[in-house]
Amino acid sequence: MTQIIERPPMHGDDVPEPRGPILTSLPQSPTLTMAQAINRALHDAMAADDRVLVFGEDVAVLGGVFRVTEGLAETFGEQRCFDTPLAESGIVGIAIGLAIRGFVPVPEIQFDGFAAPAFDQMVSHLAKYRMRTHGDVDMPVTIRIPSFGGIGAVEHHSESTESYWLHTAGLKVVVPSTPSDAYWLLRQAIVSRDPVIYLEPKRRYWTREVVDTSTPALPIGRAGVRRIGTDVTVLTYGSLVATALSAADLAEQHGWSLEVVDLRSLNPLDFDTVADSVRKTGRAIVMHEGPRTLGFGAELAARIQEELFYDLEAPVLRATGFDTPYPPARLEKLWLPGPDRLLDCVERAMGQP
Amino acid sequence: MAEVFADAASVDLAPIRLVDPDGSPTAEDRYSRDLPPETLSWLYELMVVTRGLDSEFINLQRQGELALFASCRGQEAAQIGAAACLRKTDWLFPQYREIGAFLLRGITPAQMGAVWRGKWHGGLGFTERCCAPISIPIGTHGLHAVGAAMGAQRLGEDSVTLAFLGDGATSEGDAHEALNFAAVFNAPCVFFIQNNGWAISVPVSHQMAAPSIAHRAIGYGMPGIRVDGNDVLACYAVVADAAKRAREGGGPTLIEAITYRMGPHTTSDDPTRYRSEVEVAHWAALDPIDRYRTYLQGIGVWSERLEERVTARSKRVRAELRESVVGADDFDVGEMFDTVYHDITPDLVRQREQLRDELAKEA
Repeated sequence: MTQIIERPPMHGDDVPEPRGPILTSLPQSPTLTMAQAINRALHDAMAADDRVLVFGEDVAVLGGVFRVTEGLAETFGEQRCFDTPLAESGIVGIAIGLAIRGFVPVPEIQFDGFAAPAFDQMVSHLAKYRMRTHGDVDMPVTIRIPSFGGIGAVEHHSESTESYWLHTAGLKVVVPSTPSDAYWLLRQAIVSRDPVIYLEPKRRYWTREVVDTSTPALPIGRAGVRRIGTDVTVLTYGSLVATALSAADLAEQHGWSLEVVDLRSLNPLDFDTVADSVRKTGRAIVMHEGPRTLGFGAELAARIQEELFYDLEAPVLRATGFDTPYPPARLEKLWLPGPDRLLDCVERAMGQP
Repeated sequence: MAEVFADAASVDLAPIRLVDPDGSPTAEDRYSRDLPPETLSWLYELMVVTRGLDSEFINLQRQGELALFASCRGQEAAQIGAAACLRKTDWLFPQYREIGAFLLRGITPAQMGAVWRGKWHGGLGFTERCCAPISIPIGTHGLHAVGAAMGAQRLGEDSVTLAFLGDGATSEGDAHEALNFAAVFNAPCVFFIQNNGWAISVPVSHQMAAPSIAHRAIGYGMPGIRVDGNDVLACYAVVADAAKRAREGGGPTLIEAITYRMGPHTTSDDPTRYRSEVEVAHWAALDPIDRYRTYLQGIGVWSERLEERVTARSKRVRAELRESVVGADDFDVGEMFDTVYHDITPDLVRQREQLRDELAKEA
């Protein structure tokens, strides 16, 4: 059953805005930026369960380099929100030890590119611990990683790491695209008894919307349709959902109707929603920032042709980054898939190369 | 804290020793060797039974019942001494060679044997005994011990965690991160490094240029202590002292136990390619069980009756291992899907069905 999600407001998508202070007593449906929504989710999760711990580099006194963890140490004390030495493997390693003792760790890796030092702990231990203990020990660890490009950053601050985690059995991977989803996916990730990699599209940190913190949004494992269309299904997630929606506006001017599916949860994947949409449109384009080869688009394209071959009017196409290291900031706009790259794929899919 | 240990002279290169290799007590008076007779006998029993169990593991591997085994022969005193002084609620974080410590915790031969049989990764039921599953990646579990110790701090417990690492593990970056985190957070964690001379074929001299592994503690701002790893009472006393300090909020300790891996790295290894018979013979003469038996004889704790009891238990445990391993049933294939996640994913449900279908067609 396809769940329709209203299109998020586009206001401020690409323009960073100064944020107001985090209020300790917030209304239940405040207007929040994505960064504030994540902060609110952390506050609410820590208030709901005193086993929840937040730690990482610069998360306590500074409140995080994006101020996403602002106020947590003041509110919950240094035992529950603390700064660690600068060592990502150590951060994930102690999270595993804390989880063994019944805590619910929510460590932060400061930037996507610095997940690499933690790779061994994530892949060799975090992902496998439950199986290695024959199901005796859960790993309710949520690793937050500010991710993806588009903010004009230096090297190692704009990486797409999702394929690494998706290729690792035992890790769940979610990517919010709106403040509401950011809030609820994080709350659900923290409650989950399984390890969840929560990738934050940092270029959308400053998008705003009204966030209803009283009524859960879709659960982990469900995709949502952000825009209904009839000609082409665009499958995307995170920062590119807004890009796909702008492209859909442009496509409309050419007479093409795009359906935009926000995957939200990459593992578990809601292939039913994908299949419903592709059966209807007969055309699918996957859009992600990361390099093309063995990106999530490769998996989706393979799966769609395996299961929906006779429903397809056109090959499954991919609008992605290139198989180069992430480029310097001055070139990133050319590297990142934008509306034009997506619309080129739409043209091809519609048989108008 | 830090300034106390910031001096290279704070680490004594001469290891703590309470019983000489000839079985006589040493003049060491900083630590006590006075344990109740029943504790002394218990340690002896554990060491003898561990060695018997170790031999049975090797036999079973040679007979094709086990895929592999990593012998702890020669290291019984180190690992049993370290684990024996702790409480049952103190978490152990083993590498993979610590069957003496497992036995001590009441982990059954069957639960240990599951690993080497290839029946299940990590061991079965270890965590019920406050022992983490074995860790095949080297040195990575030190951080888990630190995290668990930080958990104990937050739970208001006075428990400690014990991380078993080896000399090779100290070269790994994660060992550094673990030691550093433990020191920074004053975590009640004891790092017990069994320096058995060899990381497969690479000697300790190729792992580091420091005067000793214990000297590394200086850089972390924690006490570093060398102990004779073939002296069970010294290992007991040194770890007990470190654990007491940790329980009282005194933070972590790095202990280097100097011992020797008498056997190959694993049953797949051939140590004649990299070490001399002379070296092995030297260490054989320093055997921890012979030494301890002589000591017990000297103080009148050993008896024929004790030896009979210990031998009988060793025989029983060996038989228990053999019975649990030979012809043991494998797990149902469903287990490999069902244990991955607490909440299984739809894709895994489908893949589990696919395998069931494949098996049904074969049947």
